[in-house]
Amino acid sequence: MSTSARAPELPVEEHPIAPYIRIERMPHIWCPTCGIGTIVKCFATALEQTHVDLNKVAIVSGIGCAGRVAGYMKLDGFHTTHGRPIPFATGLKLSRPELLVVVFSGDGDLVGIGGNHFIHAARRNMDLLVILVNNFIYGMTGGQNAPTTPLTAKTSTMPYGNFERPFNLPHLAASCGATYVARWTSLHVRRLTNSLKEAIQRKGFRFIEAIAPCSTLYARLNKLGTGLNLMQFYHDNAEVRHGADTRELDIGFQDRIICGKFVDQERPTFIEMMDAHYRRMLGDKYVPMPPQGGFLTDRAAPQPEAGAAAEPVAARSQA
Amino acid sequence: MKADPAGVLTGAHYLDGDFACGEGALAAGCRFVAGYPITPSTEVVERIARRFPYIGGTFIQMEDELASMAAIVGAAWTGTKSMTVTSGPGFSLMMENIGLAAMMETPCVVVNVQRAGPSTGLPTMVGQADMMQARWGSHGDYEIIAVCPQSPQEAFDLTIDAFNLAEIYRVPVLVMMDECVGHMTEKVVIPPADQIEVVPRQLTAAPPERFQPYRVDGRLVPEFARAGDGYRFHTTGLTHDERGYPVMSAECQEKCVRRLVEKIRSQAEQIVRFEEEQTEQAEVVVVSYGITARVARLGIELARQQGVRVGVLRLIVVWPFPERRIRELSRTVKAFVVPEINYGQIVLEVERCAAGRAAAIPVPHGGGAVHDPEAICEAIVRAAR
Repeated sequence: MSTSARAPELPVEEHPIAPYIRIERMPHIWCPTCGIGTIVKCFATALEQTHVDLNKVAIVSGIGCAGRVAGYMKLDGFHTTHGRPIPFATGLKLSRPELLVVVFSGDGDLVGIGGNHFIHAARRNMDLLVILVNNFIYGMTGGQNAPTTPLTAKTSTMPYGNFERPFNLPHLAASCGATYVARWTSLHVRRLTNSLKEAIQRKGFRFIEAIAPCSTLYARLNKLGTGLNLMQFYHDNAEVRHGADTRELDIGFQDRIICGKFVDQERPTFIEMMDAHYRRMLGDKYVPMPPQGGFLTDRAAPQPEAGAAAEPVAARSQA
Repeated sequence: MKADPAGVLTGAHYLDGDFACGEGALAAGCRFVAGYPITPSTEVVERIARRFPYIGGTFIQMEDELASMAAIVGAAWTGTKSMTVTSGPGFSLMMENIGLAAMMETPCVVVNVQRAGPSTGLPTMVGQADMMQARWGSHGDYEIIAVCPQSPQEAFDLTIDAFNLAEIYRVPVLVMMDECVGHMTEKVVIPPADQIEVVPRQLTAAPPERFQPYRVDGRLVPEFARAGDGYRFHTTGLTHDERGYPVMSAECQEKCVRRLVEKIRSQAEQIVRFEEEQTEQAEVVVVSYGITARVARLGIELARQQGVRVGVLRLIVVWPFPERRIRELSRTVKAFVVPEINYGQIVLEVERCAAGRAAAIPVPHGGGAVHDPEAICEAIVRAAR
């Protein structure tokens, strides 16, 4: 068929999440059937539907496949060191409390090398939204064993199968004090998006585990087919059980994956605890960090046009 | 601009070097500090933790030094001046994100109150053996600036200078104190706020649509935008182009990293600072820094009493190193004597710059105590013969 005759009439439609993405950086580096792109799309949709002022959102990633997200989203984006996005994000949040600070990174980054930061940020109830992409393996470096690799699954450094017990991440986050804990797979587009929307509107340490297929390494090393087969597996084996006891959320090799929202509670954040305590101890003499940060200057910071007309959700986090 | 009076404790005080350093940070406008306890540096953050709630600053005790360093780099990107404080073992852990700060061109200050190492070493006792680590500690090629106070007064003054240098050159600046200076109490005069010069973060005037975080237009230091001002920029520890986007190529590496190095090397003459005394007629020049510069004074006096013409070159900024001055002096002196509380670090730089024209004689000390001034005197007298 001839397309040339019709070409001028073809509508040129922008990709729906183009305003949230650095389109000039596309194509991305992720493999075909990788789940990260889907999770990014869910997050962009959640930002759109919550009318967050995008000028007040910072996104921080570590190293790894999911670590590239901070570089693809059209936000103030920080691609930091391996395992350190949570403490980096902590510095951003405490120094400019009006920001909505999102950590978007992988399982190896956040709970392997960065595990200590993860538990302490949850303990402090640091006001961060942490989106963890769990693909059960170190993807960027070629398929090594992760702290999330299910028992018996093969990885390049456990060629005869993994014999280390993996983390149960929702339980880890919940037991350290996270205020919002959910788990979905990249098949659960609508539910994951809804969870992200909810989490954006909560405060404190919010944790969402998003399970994603890695066809290049995890599926290949374990002869599980392609990403599509893994999506089919999620479809057949994911079980939605809101409010499930987080002790029962372990993930076995090719076993059922319990998804849902497990924790949604209010607890004063680090900044709220600090402010309330200093007010109690020091009274009127207490001077909190201004919402715009401890910036010292002769001239006022330039005021770019406000993003969305809607009330910035991030500002709410100021007690 | 002048210092914000809120952070300035004007008056004459008796403070130890650690407290004086903390006051220097507050006067410089530092409003975010993250740290992890470690002897002999902890008093700096203890001081700041007491003072911050009154002046709008936030201190957080992080879970380790990896996190402390990462947090201050994050904080700096909001435009807030930030600092962390540590000693040897923590300094080793900070190297990872000192490299990130250098790569992202993040202004921030790291204080290392040096104790004797290696490893846990002598936690409560003096050392100066982190000088090369300060210069080369993180992997890859980059440049930093390091200052070295010899007294509590200088701990105050040089901490302010460190913040100012960090702003001007957009590098991490290291305050390389030592346990003796950190724990020595002396008079510290804090001037009124309107007599303290501080360099504020210079924000770009470009609108967001035209801003590129690493575009330099012939300058050596790029313009800055803060997170949350609508610029929606990207920065990364990967080799990057002017947009801050990763580019995996030797060409981009050359452009990106060469400038990180050149912005300090080509302006080293403006950054270098030292104090000089009686070097014109000298046959021997003692090069020293920190507490050892003060201990050396007695050794120098003793040598002068024996008729040796001794000059003094005290390093205030240690990195970049005063290469030109050492080169000049090497043409007129017989030898440099370099006492330092390590087994020979800065002496290597002196030797490199002297290039065989004059001897560079180390006076090593393993740490745990300062030098015996007699030993320094002996080295001077031997060098003069």
